[in-house]
Amino acid sequence: MSPGDTRPASTGGRPAGDKVPVVGVLALQGGFEAHAKILTTIGADVREVRTPQDLGGLDALILPGGESTTMTLGIAREHLAGPLRELIEGGTPTLGTCAGMILLDRDHLGVLDMEARRNAFGRQLHSFEADLEIPGIEGPPVRAVFIRAPWIADHGPDVEVLAALDGHPVAIRQGNVLALAFHPELSGETRLHRLLLEYITARDASRAR
Amino acid sequence: MTDKNGQAPRDEATFTVKAGLAEMLKGGVIMDVVTPEQAKIAEDAGAAAVMALERVPADIRRDGGVARMSDPEMIKGIQDAVTIPVMAKARIGHFAEAQVLEALEVDYIDESEVLTPADEANHIDKWAFKIPFVCGATNLGEALRRIGEGAAMIRSKGEAGTGDIVEAVRHLRMIGGEIRRLTMLDASELPSAAKELQAPLELVLKVARAGRLPVVMFCAGGIATPADASLVMQLGAEGVFVGSGIFKSEDPERRARAIVEATTHYTDPARVAAASTGLGAPMHSLETAKLEAGQLLSPRGW
Repeated sequence: MSPGDTRPASTGGRPAGDKVPVVGVLALQGGFEAHAKILTTIGADVREVRTPQDLGGLDALILPGGESTTMTLGIAREHLAGPLRELIEGGTPTLGTCAGMILLDRDHLGVLDMEARRNAFGRQLHSFEADLEIPGIEGPPVRAVFIRAPWIADHGPDVEVLAALDGHPVAIRQGNVLALAFHPELSGETRLHRLLLEYITARDASRAR
Repeated sequence: MTDKNGQAPRDEATFTVKAGLAEMLKGGVIMDVVTPEQAKIAEDAGAAAVMALERVPADIRRDGGVARMSDPEMIKGIQDAVTIPVMAKARIGHFAEAQVLEALEVDYIDESEVLTPADEANHIDKWAFKIPFVCGATNLGEALRRIGEGAAMIRSKGEAGTGDIVEAVRHLRMIGGEIRRLTMLDASELPSAAKELQAPLELVLKVARAGRLPVVMFCAGGIATPADASLVMQLGAEGVFVGSGIFKSEDPERRARAIVEATTHYTDPARVAAASTGLGAPMHSLETAKLEAGQLLSPRGW
């Protein structure tokens, strides 16, 4: 599938709902398949991203959980840092979960004005599930799975905190980027992925104006 | 932001949390290490986790004797040296070693046939632990029995410490073939399939429905080259364990990086070729077919 097929240069005033959004999932290592499964469930096309060539024509991007050290080395090996930064800073709706949230911070890709602390909740013995209330997510609380999870140790004024635990932000938004310390994809939760698709619609609508 | 979030009860050690860590290791390479220095080399090369053990399989094979859990001091040293998950091996059935590993807060316990079994009849009751377990399997029945006992991750067994991939291929093909067979049976045939597999019916039904194991499956045993990693990934492994293959080779750092790269790009032969270039000599290898029955590790466990 060529990039031109999936994202026309202009929607021509057509409702964005007419096209199937293509969401890239960074697939160097980690929980990319669980995200792909959720995306398929909610009607998005999935493209696994391993090289810069895989980034063309994406409507949205997901940086999954996994090992942030392993993924950081992979990003360097594949020369992905520049292209990823460009895509995200260009306004492409992006979701980062767990290690994916770490990749977005000041010390990694530097696209969010925040600093994530790795393994902040401790080793695997201290991993847990909990219900989280997140503003804008209707219905029952989000079942959040925290695995050797990070939290946000510091953030700037542009970062909107959506949820916190133990006094530390664990869900934030900055522009079109949503960053979560936990895994919504492991509990079958689809509403945060739907939110990502809504960011696409909102961005396309604002561009059409 | 609401304050209610801090008061919500937290459920630790659920199966989702245990199996979830394996989900995060997918597409990665887990490397055997015996010292903190090796652990650091593994992490810097892109390992998704390290496995702490007393001796790598090639040395266990060479030196003989009883192979046990690693010294806690060594495990602590490895935990201090790296930030990636640290797994450690316990002997089959040796729940006291597993309790020690839980007290040390390792991230995963491998109940492993590479160590000398401690119980000839029973595996560890893995439901009794908060730390998740990975176990080896040569066929689907064995994998499902381990999951029934609480394992949250499976690794297909190979013949550890040989550098010979043939057993890994045999067991992956066996597990994959048995899964495909289950997906073709009708509902009335599945109970007797469960009986043949000697596996819990509930898990057999799950596999028949999903066409895959209910947990993540890696491949272990005999992987020595980037092409070996690509081969087992193409045969259905979701990641690889490399034991002696790295630190018994001529240039461990380089080989470790190459196997990581080939595991990510396993469907791209040009990338596997590039990763395989100029690595120096692989580990000293043994042909499994020429080993005596008593020297084989993979039949341990049942």
